[in-house]
Amino acid sequence: MSEPRFLVTASPHLKAPATTPQIMWNVVGSLVPIVVVASWFFGLGAFLVIASATAGSLLTERLLGKKGSLRDGSGMITGLLLGLTLPPGLPLWMAFLGGVVAIGFGKLIFGGLGQNIFNPALLGRAFLQAAFPVAITTWPVQVRGFWNIQSDNLALPFMGVGESDMVTGATPLGLMKFEATGTNVQDLILGTIGGSAGETSALLITLCGGYLALRNFLNWRIPISIFISVAILSQLVHTLDPSYPGPLFMLFSGGLMIGAWFMATDMVTSPVTNKGCWIFGAGIGALIVIIRLWGGLPEGVMYAILLMNAMVPYINGWTQPKVFGTRVQEAAT
Amino acid sequence: MAARRRTFRHGVHPPELKELTEAKKIRRMPFPDEIVLPLSQHTGKPAIPLVKQGDRVERGDKIAEADGFVSSPVHASASGTVKAIELWPHPDGTYKPAIRIAVDPYSAQAPRPRMVPRWEGLSPKEIVKAIQDAGVVGLGGAAFPTHVKLAPPDDVEIDTIIINGCECEPYLTTDHHIMSEYPERVHMGVRIMMHTLGVDRAMIGIEKNKPDAIAAIRATLPEDLDITVHPLTVKYPQGAEKMLIEALLQREVPSGKLPLHVGVIVQNVGSCAAIAEVFDTGLPLIERIVTVTGLGVRQPGNFIVPVGTKVGEVIDACGGLTEDAHEIVFGGPMMGAPQANLDVPILKGVTGVVVLSKDETKPKESYACIRCGHCLDSCPVFLNPQLLGQLAMAGEYELTEEHHIWDCMLCGCCSYVCPSNIPLSQLFQVTRSALRRLQAKESAA
Repeated sequence: MSEPRFLVTASPHLKAPATTPQIMWNVVGSLVPIVVVASWFFGLGAFLVIASATAGSLLTERLLGKKGSLRDGSGMITGLLLGLTLPPGLPLWMAFLGGVVAIGFGKLIFGGLGQNIFNPALLGRAFLQAAFPVAITTWPVQVRGFWNIQSDNLALPFMGVGESDMVTGATPLGLMKFEATGTNVQDLILGTIGGSAGETSALLITLCGGYLALRNFLNWRIPISIFISVAILSQLVHTLDPSYPGPLFMLFSGGLMIGAWFMATDMVTSPVTNKGCWIFGAGIGALIVIIRLWGGLPEGVMYAILLMNAMVPYINGWTQPKVFGTRVQEAAT
Repeated sequence: MAARRRTFRHGVHPPELKELTEAKKIRRMPFPDEIVLPLSQHTGKPAIPLVKQGDRVERGDKIAEADGFVSSPVHASASGTVKAIELWPHPDGTYKPAIRIAVDPYSAQAPRPRMVPRWEGLSPKEIVKAIQDAGVVGLGGAAFPTHVKLAPPDDVEIDTIIINGCECEPYLTTDHHIMSEYPERVHMGVRIMMHTLGVDRAMIGIEKNKPDAIAAIRATLPEDLDITVHPLTVKYPQGAEKMLIEALLQREVPSGKLPLHVGVIVQNVGSCAAIAEVFDTGLPLIERIVTVTGLGVRQPGNFIVPVGTKVGEVIDACGGLTEDAHEIVFGGPMMGAPQANLDVPILKGVTGVVVLSKDETKPKESYACIRCGHCLDSCPVFLNPQLLGQLAMAGEYELTEEHHIWDCMLCGCCSYVCPSNIPLSQLFQVTRSALRRLQAKESAA
């Protein structure tokens, strides 16, 4: 008898090269250019906000998560995405706390990677929005000069933010909503506007997201259906009442681009079926338009995605694939 | 009119890896010192031995007979003396009864003179009987007795015979070389089957990555028969019966039914050649063509191997294993069975011996399911492997039946694409054996 020196595993014995950590780290990699550009536009402060959110996420993952779970890269994504949704002038301790909540309550409490219902980064942001409504809607204008840190960044935890000397301005969506002022679409596409760190350059975000779609690391149907749904609905409303903004402004303003490419496409919290992804994206698009135009907030991407996250189990149930050979069976009976 | 579809939906594209043996002509492998012939080499009841220890047998003698209709006899693949009938390692991982024959080193290995029947003069029943007596089983891997497929029940009407020359498994070039080197044999087998079943139409499906096989089969097409050749998209599992029928005829085999329920019989090209052999030389199925390949074997090639040759001897005849040989698989790497023991014999249904190197084998670690949906996009029968896997892991076996676990072909596409390396296909096998046990318990109670 020969010695047992051969591997015995169940078929198939080959495996496609893509692995979960590889997908996650690719997402991280494609977020890097966005972080770099955001830091360039908003200065070191923006970078520090993103870094604080990421530090909060990673530390929580390390302390409370499964052993070695940092290596799968998903905690890193949550931290970066959260940081990119925050205003560049946010006090750093708030960003850090947001990261802790995002991972702790957004992911680990459900059982870690793959188990959560809501996008962790958006859950963290929703928490910050509820806890610090003023700070999270204070948008500094873009600064020229990278070393410029917004004075609010360094505020101490839970100390009232004193008389701020920060130069603030409104975001394009805020301008539209509260002052009925439009913004040049070209500025929106390039990113030379106010807003959250990652809300700015639609062009760059599309390039980075497109790379992931080409490698099948995100389901392209989700961003595309969001765009289509937003475009159609806002065109409809715009036609009926031209005082509402047109589809171009709606598509390229606010967090729509980063939300559509990077947050709605989170594999864990989006449907598993392709048909489901179309429905999911269409629902997000509709909610964005409704919240933006008639809601109390200027921006609706976060709540639109979180609400549709909650619908995912139902969408999956509605869109189960038709098993081969059952269609003819039904026709016969 | 809709364009003719040349494939099925979903599926995967594993690396083809056929270049190792693609250009290697079929060669005969020397007879080993010992032949081990398990009584169970086919789907159905094991054969019943006709010989006892010490008996002298000649090459081609029947040494075990079929037990009923869905069973197949076993023939001596070399002349020699019966050493023992005992339990022996079987490629399915268990020990099963087998006839061991010490091969006579001085024998010319010539079979006894025999009468070869003229098939034109035989009735379909007699042809079916002759094919069963010759021990012909499906040579594409499943080893389902060929004669059973040629005797469909009276209430179904067969209008098409589909010949499977897809060979969609990576690495294997067995069917490829049968088609490119023995195309007339394949056609003769098709002719005999068409005669037996009274069917006027045959279609040969071949994946496009075998242009020389397509050319050889086309060049030798008999003019008096309606046989057509169909080059198909290269995609795994194109050679699965249901997928092949869908690609060629756009017919969907109903869930839980067989190809014959949509009027089709599917046979592998190797089986066709084996049928031809029965009515050509009169020899039963005692040898087959095997691709011995993989980065773990030194001199890969395509060989005629006597059934019952131990895999260790086959590998030695190919220059032995390399340093990093890690896993030995019978059949293709997608659906084949891993072997732990070099004494396991080559059976009638073994299409190839693939020795994988360490780098090619699957990683050990798996991750949590991230619900990416890649498994749903790959499943050729449109299951939800993600959900089935979850249910299987939770032990909810009965629930998996509602989600069509029995429609799974165990093709392995879902496991192949899973980025978290979750052994989905294995979970489904486990679930199905658990369900079979439950059913057995219920029917016993």
